[in-house]
Amino acid sequence: MITDLGFWTLQALNALQLSMLLFLLSVGLTVIFGLMHFVNLAHGALYALGAYFAASVAAMWGYWAALLLAPVAVAGVGVLLYSGFIQRMRKSGPMAQVLVTFGLIFVLLDMTRIVWGDLPLAIEVPAMLGGRLAVLGVEYPTYRVFIIVLGLVVLGGLAFVLGRTQIGAMIRAGVDNDEMAACLGINVERLFFCVFCVGCALAGLAGVVAAPLLSVSPDMSLQILIPTLIVIVIGGLCLLQRGVAGALLFGFVQTFGAVLAPQLSSVLIYALLAAVLVIKPVGLFPAKG
Amino acid sequence: MLELNAVNSGYGETQVLYGMNVTAQPGRVLAILGRNGAGKSTTLKTIMGLLPTKSGTITFDGAPIAKRPFDIAKSGIAYVPETRDIFPSLSVRENLELASKRFGGGAWTIERVIDLFPRLGERMDNGGMQLSGGEQQMLAIARALLMNPRLLVLDEPTEGLAPIIVKLIHDKLQDLRREGLSMVLVEQNFGFATSLADDVVVVGKGQVVWSGSAAEIRADAETQHKWLGV
Repeated sequence: MITDLGFWTLQALNALQLSMLLFLLSVGLTVIFGLMHFVNLAHGALYALGAYFAASVAAMWGYWAALLLAPVAVAGVGVLLYSGFIQRMRKSGPMAQVLVTFGLIFVLLDMTRIVWGDLPLAIEVPAMLGGRLAVLGVEYPTYRVFIIVLGLVVLGGLAFVLGRTQIGAMIRAGVDNDEMAACLGINVERLFFCVFCVGCALAGLAGVVAAPLLSVSPDMSLQILIPTLIVIVIGGLCLLQRGVAGALLFGFVQTFGAVLAPQLSSVLIYALLAAVLVIKPVGLFPAKG
Repeated sequence: MLELNAVNSGYGETQVLYGMNVTAQPGRVLAILGRNGAGKSTTLKTIMGLLPTKSGTITFDGAPIAKRPFDIAKSGIAYVPETRDIFPSLSVRENLELASKRFGGGAWTIERVIDLFPRLGERMDNGGMQLSGGEQQMLAIARALLMNPRLLVLDEPTEGLAPIIVKLIHDKLQDLRREGLSMVLVEQNFGFATSLADDVVVVGKGQVVWSGSAAEIRADAETQHKWLGV
């Protein structure tokens, strides 16, 4: 096994696919936290909502419509959350934010139970992505390659917007110092709102792409919450690079840990988290300044 | 141009300003002097909408000033904070463009601020936090000028700077004064402030305790000693 290059390639692809899924989910949370200093534990519930919306839309119009519409629908839920809770609680401090958004997880969880029921739902992998592809000499499911490519496209798109555009400069300025950004004529509140909605849409997108791999069930929001928090704590609570780094570390440690030391696989990632918190409590890639 | 009338303000429950009355005239430089904790920076933060006005009024060009900082900035007031607040994630160029692209079309362009501070031209692709304290102050002033303001508000522009940089900043602000740019300047450096200012108010315990011209405060040793510790 150890000398089989194909085995390592396969595991690396698995790790990359898991990393990209976690990246899609965590990037929204890191940008929201970086810009708004708001701890939104309900972000995982938006991921679950994305999967449920996708299940409903895919049943009527197919997967591609779900991929397009579910993130928009989750962004719509984000608008309601922002107007109802987030905007009012921005100055309330982290403890109140954690308590309220933790409560929101259960509210959203029960709402999905009321609307979609307790039984897990399934989404078919679209026919176009149903086969296998030869990647670096190994046969790998096309759908998983699609997740990797989608993650890289979103990463590239966000890197371009954040790094090369005026709106990206405004977001980075707002993350660095929202008061000074406002003194330069930037409507930081409106910027917060837009970023929050984009973050919600990305959580919804993660839910859609995860749905064909996992069963869509009410508790998927709780299952994903801890890995997402670990990703952003490892990476550092700020913008893109840290979210990517955290997601890659998580994906590779989790995947290779399960293969190389299966007895320790359930504790390896927590050991990594503890090590980061002890050695570098601000994360491996903390914000500048 | 800018008038504070009986303004009370502070941080949360802690009141710092008690009936502050200040008037800045167009085309003139007003210096606000006082000891540490007297309420100078609080006055500027209240003007900029960063602290709420609990009572009293602030008017700009005869109309009540906007409530939110970004509306105040759009009305023509640019702010150079004591901490400079350069955005560390942005390069020098991006810091400048953030202002120039939002407030373009006026007399101040990136080329012109680089003429004013040539050092910035050599550092355009450096990150904001790679600059020295003096360069950060130049960038903060340049960024404010790119907003093409009608009133420039500066909080302690010489704080922590080497004497040679203090002189450079002084000369550049003097140039701006000669061009007729209205300024409100908070400063601990008595000589710096009174050589730039036309009008001076001295603040103590959150209210104005003395007002007059720069020449008058230079000649008033008692006020200097009592309220400024000079």
